[in-house]
Amino acid sequence: MGKKRADAARGRQAEDLEERHYSVGELLKERGVSRRSFLKFCSTVTAALALPASLAPSVARALDQVQRPPLVWLEFQGCTGDSEALLRSANPTVGEIVLDILSVDYHETIMAAAGHQAEAALDKTIADNKGKYFCVIEGSIPMKDGGVYGCVGGKSHLERARQVCGSAAATIAIGTCASYGGIAAASPNPTGAVGVKEAVPGATVINLPGCPCNADNLTATIVHYLVFGKIPALDGHGRPLFAYGKRIHDNCERRPHFDAGQYVEHWGDDGHRGGFCLYKMGCKGPATFHNCPTQRYNGKTSWPVAAGHPCAGCSEPSFWDTMSPMYRRLPNVPGFGIEHSADMIGLGLAAGTAGAFAVHGALNALRKDKEPANRDENKEG
Amino acid sequence: MPNQPKFKRYVWQLPVRWCHWTNALSIVVLCVTGFFIGTPISFGGSPSDFTMGWIRFFHFTAAYAFTVSLASRVLWSLIGNEFSGWRAFFPFFSAKGRDKMLKMLRYYLFLDREVPETIGHNPLATTAYLALFFLYMVMIATGFALYAQHAPHGVMHAALGFMYTLFSNQGMRLTHHLSMWFIVGFAINHIYSAWLMDIKEHGGEISSMFSGYKFTVKKED
Repeated sequence: MGKKRADAARGRQAEDLEERHYSVGELLKERGVSRRSFLKFCSTVTAALALPASLAPSVARALDQVQRPPLVWLEFQGCTGDSEALLRSANPTVGEIVLDILSVDYHETIMAAAGHQAEAALDKTIADNKGKYFCVIEGSIPMKDGGVYGCVGGKSHLERARQVCGSAAATIAIGTCASYGGIAAASPNPTGAVGVKEAVPGATVINLPGCPCNADNLTATIVHYLVFGKIPALDGHGRPLFAYGKRIHDNCERRPHFDAGQYVEHWGDDGHRGGFCLYKMGCKGPATFHNCPTQRYNGKTSWPVAAGHPCAGCSEPSFWDTMSPMYRRLPNVPGFGIEHSADMIGLGLAAGTAGAFAVHGALNALRKDKEPANRDENKEG
Repeated sequence: MPNQPKFKRYVWQLPVRWCHWTNALSIVVLCVTGFFIGTPISFGGSPSDFTMGWIRFFHFTAAYAFTVSLASRVLWSLIGNEFSGWRAFFPFFSAKGRDKMLKMLRYYLFLDREVPETIGHNPLATTAYLALFFLYMVMIATGFALYAQHAPHGVMHAALGFMYTLFSNQGMRLTHHLSMWFIVGFAINHIYSAWLMDIKEHGGEISSMFSGYKFTVKKED
């Protein structure tokens, strides 16, 4: 009886060793990440999620216990800039933790496997973790001509996206290309590129646009899911409100200069050196929702406006088409040459109207009119 | 008939005149401040100044005044006298209106020498006002949609949610900007026409917008 029980226990132990799923906390301990670094990470991520600091211990507790979800990362019609942003984030511990929290089973850029082996690993992850894995998609999906313009392993991106996103717990469209098509979808869009949500309308998609996406927002999104068991609240463009809920202009460090009326007039002028507002240099901060001013890039080092360059509006849908010209306040007027601003056209319109009426007035002064008369055919009312 | 007697007639009721001048004043303020918002001049001497802040404050205040004025005018078009009623703004739906419109057009194009006297609005003008009204609607919708972006979780942002699907952010700015120039074009036209008809009709066209009274050769319709 006793021997039997011991055998059974040994059997369970062996099974445990084989099938053991490490919790995030255990895993980090094993990797030699100190408790202090882990707690620091939890506070950072709590701040990124725009949650009160008092919730940081809950985040830590939840991450301690939660099992790491499998993640597949698909590279479609994109430049790998988002992978770069993630892998080269300036703070190595945060980057490591991101990769450690996630069990990245498939990532074309960084995985060791290749060819059929890699494709088999992807198929296995999808089959074994139906409804439980995360899918991160980088790059747009070409739809034209049956999606022939992008293939990996003989499968078109569209086909892969339908297969992988369909049974994922959630799909994270990382970067502007995956979210809205990005530069590939810019006019004239030769490949018929679209974002993930448009290509696979049935999937649960979280858009994390940006060129590149801020890796902190990716980590925060995943942590949100691990802690609360659901995807974060999204805005009308499918972006998490914690990261895209405020306009750049309203959180900008140069905003006091905007309100004061101090603008950069030319590159390198006194105002530019003094950190004045970049509004007149075509800054699209007033039209762009992102947490760049507070979250910043590369471990909170900097972001475009801090570096003296106007915001390009990279996290807004079809920004390549709608936010251009990059260094002008307003878009060009369709049908007019690029040197014609809206104001020149408007001024021309006003001057033309005034001129036409001046001529009309002069002609009226010359003519002899019949005065209004109280005749039947002229009855008005 | 240069010496025929004319009758005094109360045409523009007080709310109509109030709305007209509130619109006029707010449009001037909106155009001037709006132009500076689009193309600011570096007025600020120190970061503690609030030049652009005040310009925007006046722009938004005038925008609210304009919107309230326009809404009041729409309301008054349902309760006011025959000259202010909404029917006056759709003259092309009646044969009489179309006929008068044609006469007015012929006069403007120097094809007719007879001055077509109108007691209330002339039908060509009300057609222009109808177009102007839609321009106003575009201005109000784009303006408040741009304004609401400072509070993307607010009631106004939610109410104008459809605007963000109709326009891109920058497209909304461009529309708002170009519509301003169309309104400037209208204002030039409007002032000129009022001046012209004041001279030609001898009916007190311009002063009627202050007093409410016009002078006509007919006592009643």
